[in-house]
Amino acid sequence: MSYFRGKFDVAVIGAGHAGIEAALASARLGCKTIVFTINMDAVGNCPCNPSIGGTAKGHLVREIDALGGEMGKTADECMLQMRMLNRGKGPAVHSLRAQIDRRKYSETMKHKLELQENLQLHQAEVTKLDECGGFWRVTTRMGAEFEVGAVIIATGTYLGGRIYIGEVSYESGPDGIFPATFLGESLKNLGLSLRRFKTGTPARVLKSSIDFSDLEKQEGDEPVIPFSYDTEEQLQNKVVCHISWTNEETKKIILDNIHRSPLYSGMIHGVGPRYCPSLEDKIVRFSDKERHQLFIEPCGENTEEMYLQGMSSSLPEEVQLKFYHSIKGLENAVVMRPAYAIEYDCVDPLQMNNTLEFIEHPGLYGAGQFNGSSGYEEAAAQGLVAGINAALKIKGKEPMILDRAGSYIGTLIDDLVTKGANDPYRMMTSRSEYRLILRQDNADERLTPIGREIGLITDQRYNKFLKKQELKALEMNRIRKKVIAPTDRINDILVSRETSPITTGAKLVDLIKRPQLSYEILKEIDDDRPDIDPNIFEQIEIEVKYEGYIKKQLAQVEQMRRMEKKLLPHDLDYKTITGLRLEAQEKLNKIHPDNLGQASRISGVSPADISVLVIWLSK
Amino acid sequence: MDKTIAAISTPLGSGGIGVIRISGSDAVAVADKVFKSVSGKKICEMKGYTAAFGKIYDNNDQIDEAVATVFLSPHSYTGEDVVELSCHGGSYITNKVLTTVLNNGAVLAQAGEFTKRAFLNGKIDLTQSEAVMDIISAKGRAAARSALSIKDGRLRSEIDEVKSILVENAAHLSAWADYPEEDIPEVSGRNLLESISSAEEKLQKLLKGYEIGRAIKEGVDTLIIGKPNVGKSTLMNLLSGCEKSIVTNIPGTTRDIIQETVVLGSAVLLLSDTAGLRDTDNPIEKIGVDLAKKRLKSCGLVLAVFDASMPLDENDHEMIELLGDVPSIAVINKSDLETVIDIEYIKRKVDNIVFVSAANGDGLEELTNAVGELLGTAQFDENAAVISTQRQRECAVAALESMKEAVQALEIGMTLDAVTVLLEEAIQSLLELTGERATEVVVHNVFSKFCVGK
Repeated sequence: MSYFRGKFDVAVIGAGHAGIEAALASARLGCKTIVFTINMDAVGNCPCNPSIGGTAKGHLVREIDALGGEMGKTADECMLQMRMLNRGKGPAVHSLRAQIDRRKYSETMKHKLELQENLQLHQAEVTKLDECGGFWRVTTRMGAEFEVGAVIIATGTYLGGRIYIGEVSYESGPDGIFPATFLGESLKNLGLSLRRFKTGTPARVLKSSIDFSDLEKQEGDEPVIPFSYDTEEQLQNKVVCHISWTNEETKKIILDNIHRSPLYSGMIHGVGPRYCPSLEDKIVRFSDKERHQLFIEPCGENTEEMYLQGMSSSLPEEVQLKFYHSIKGLENAVVMRPAYAIEYDCVDPLQMNNTLEFIEHPGLYGAGQFNGSSGYEEAAAQGLVAGINAALKIKGKEPMILDRAGSYIGTLIDDLVTKGANDPYRMMTSRSEYRLILRQDNADERLTPIGREIGLITDQRYNKFLKKQELKALEMNRIRKKVIAPTDRINDILVSRETSPITTGAKLVDLIKRPQLSYEILKEIDDDRPDIDPNIFEQIEIEVKYEGYIKKQLAQVEQMRRMEKKLLPHDLDYKTITGLRLEAQEKLNKIHPDNLGQASRISGVSPADISVLVIWLSK
Repeated sequence: MDKTIAAISTPLGSGGIGVIRISGSDAVAVADKVFKSVSGKKICEMKGYTAAFGKIYDNNDQIDEAVATVFLSPHSYTGEDVVELSCHGGSYITNKVLTTVLNNGAVLAQAGEFTKRAFLNGKIDLTQSEAVMDIISAKGRAAARSALSIKDGRLRSEIDEVKSILVENAAHLSAWADYPEEDIPEVSGRNLLESISSAEEKLQKLLKGYEIGRAIKEGVDTLIIGKPNVGKSTLMNLLSGCEKSIVTNIPGTTRDIIQETVVLGSAVLLLSDTAGLRDTDNPIEKIGVDLAKKRLKSCGLVLAVFDASMPLDENDHEMIELLGDVPSIAVINKSDLETVIDIEYIKRKVDNIVFVSAANGDGLEELTNAVGELLGTAQFDENAAVISTQRQRECAVAALESMKEAVQALEIGMTLDAVTVLLEEAIQSLLELTGERATEVVVHNVFSKFCVGK
């Protein structure tokens, strides 16, 4: 029996990291929004690592924040330890990572959703989606029917979820919450092509059972740099993490029992992430490696559960106990939750366009693991974009498409919808060809104006941004004009840094440019330096030092953007274009790129094929 | 802004006229660097749709006579500023003019790029004649075919060797940056330098193969130099088999550079006889001498002629110093007369030395062998010229540039993120060379080579 329960502009299925950003963006843009979650206590859950950010992922969090999303702020509020990774490897790869209190994070996010105007949080399993021409009907297991203008699917690992621990396997979502068992069938009936992916998580162990005495410590960075441009309070590190290693004994236990792993016995068919292999995967694939590293991370302030990063497994529980106990510090560890692998349904993202809307199904969007990605940050980024675009569509406005040259978010989405994902997609700095421009320090410059235009950036936040830009421009101007005289004092500094002394006046900017020097080193001879946010100095220093490389990348961006202005019709049958190679015809017909630039990134489409398209377009 | 591009716009190999088209915001400036009109009017002073007669110069060397036609933006085929240089046809001259244009700031147009620009600038529309479009799309298909045939061939495997070195390094750098908390071995600057240098060397070798291939097909610029009256013209006549230069024993008779194409064993030489190298007050002769000195720097082979019957003098010494790194052979002429010259001294300075008597033809075989050895044409298997077109060469040179920049960035102490970007740029150019698309080469390599994971 079904009954009519209400009308909404936007329905979001799932309240994980993707669903949260999608729902908040949609509601904040004035759309009446409903969010469905299978379990009200699982909103914003972190079923794997208790941390947010990391290489490239930290960039994503910064970008989400710059556009007006929530993840960065909440991560700051719930942070236990903060580190800036990759210092010394260059500004393009600096990345923030926070250890967070996972229960607090979940609670904080749930509360934000509850307080949000235009937003209703609803515990129910969605079982059916119907395309009704102009609107969508969403049906729950209780028979409640909702009429909505747009639907965002953000089902994570719940959709058709199945957990594997050795020979044991059962239908389940993450953390023992029940899965979504009916929606998959409904999506197939719509014509979406689904496939199985797999991921996994390590065991959680009791803190008091770990012997930390011989383990290396990993402390947070001081002072703490926050994710959010809104966070003004000085945050404090509250915990330390520890490092340990597997050994020959661990390896032996795993190899002796490898036949009991569902991955190797053939029980699991889903494709696992290359970047996040289980320990048995690492040991089999990299058999010459003597040991593997693990990090012991606290799950929160009010719990004794510790997360064992790097030790995910799907071996039987008894084998897990054995190999965990073989590791230094864990000899007597009490395993509170075993490691498990989880297999789930996700969609082939080639069916979507860059707004994350399904090409064949107007008003239907996807985000997060459902789209074939992996990771909280990747999910949140897509949720934000899907939420914004669903709202813009409802409001009758032009969609927001972020390009590769402007953000990691744009790169992530373009990769998914253009190249597809053959295994769960993780963001990496090496995926961006423009990484010297797309830095975590300038996310606000790149995206806050866009967030403002869309309507997610408040006046206060925007004015703060404008003020910072103004100060930066003034400072840049100052160092370009300021001449440093060739005094003994400056030359002593130069010589001590092993760079040549000056004989005539030198522009301050040219001194900063030298690889051996920095803003900090030149402080004492720069007497009229203004008292401004040190981040501004950092940003200017990067722009000055990397000027040549940045210019080069900007020229490449210009070229790419020109290609992207040439639009390709969505209903085009590429088989009718003579001159295209067969492989190119097939790929193009499958992906239906928006423009020439996107077409040129499809694997299997050669430069010659692009020439043919150029000519076809001009006819 | 887009780069200014150039290409030969007429079919290669045949035809009385060859057209080199230059398009882009610097087209006029580039053309002004290589073209001097007879009237003295510069191209930047010309109006659109006008033409001028003049000469093409590579630095100060005249290459050919040409007509320059100017089209100013937006009234041109591409919609940008366009200059077309119509010179004499034939692959040697047109390639030479194109190379000069490329050396002066233009980059080689990719297949279909003029049309692409015309389209991007809204110059081509539906009303455009079908016939024109057909010709161009045929070109696109030809390019596609050649990309395919290259794919399976030797070029692919040779380039892959260079590429795999770069990809491995880029992947190591990426793994090291993207997984800071895995125990990925630190990337050492020195190893990186050595590795990039070895890739650089391999690519240089392939480019060298291109040069040799061209030397066989199109000839190598060869200069005969020597002080007056050592027998340069006699040697030239011996090599070319007919009397071209005015042969007298009055020093300074040959004032202009006289050119002749000769086949010498395995090599084709584009032979120039020059005015004798000596300090002179005669202004006309002086011009000839200066010209010869300049050409020496850009030619592919020098035959430095000495008179065996005379001791080395100041002019000879100066000439030996001038040779520098240019591939050279010391030709000791008049071997039929009594040897007075200091052979040991020449041997110390010049690697290759041959004795001839230009007058009676002795030593011609030795000279032929020495030329073949030095140019590498003697043992050269033509199939080994894996880089065979200007476009491929252009991509290889671009890759080499990026590799050099990467080395430079390492040397001045730039952070490794900048180095990584340059390596990826080089990989990109190599992928373009083989007609592949960059997919996820580096990322894929990270996952197959490194044990990484959260």
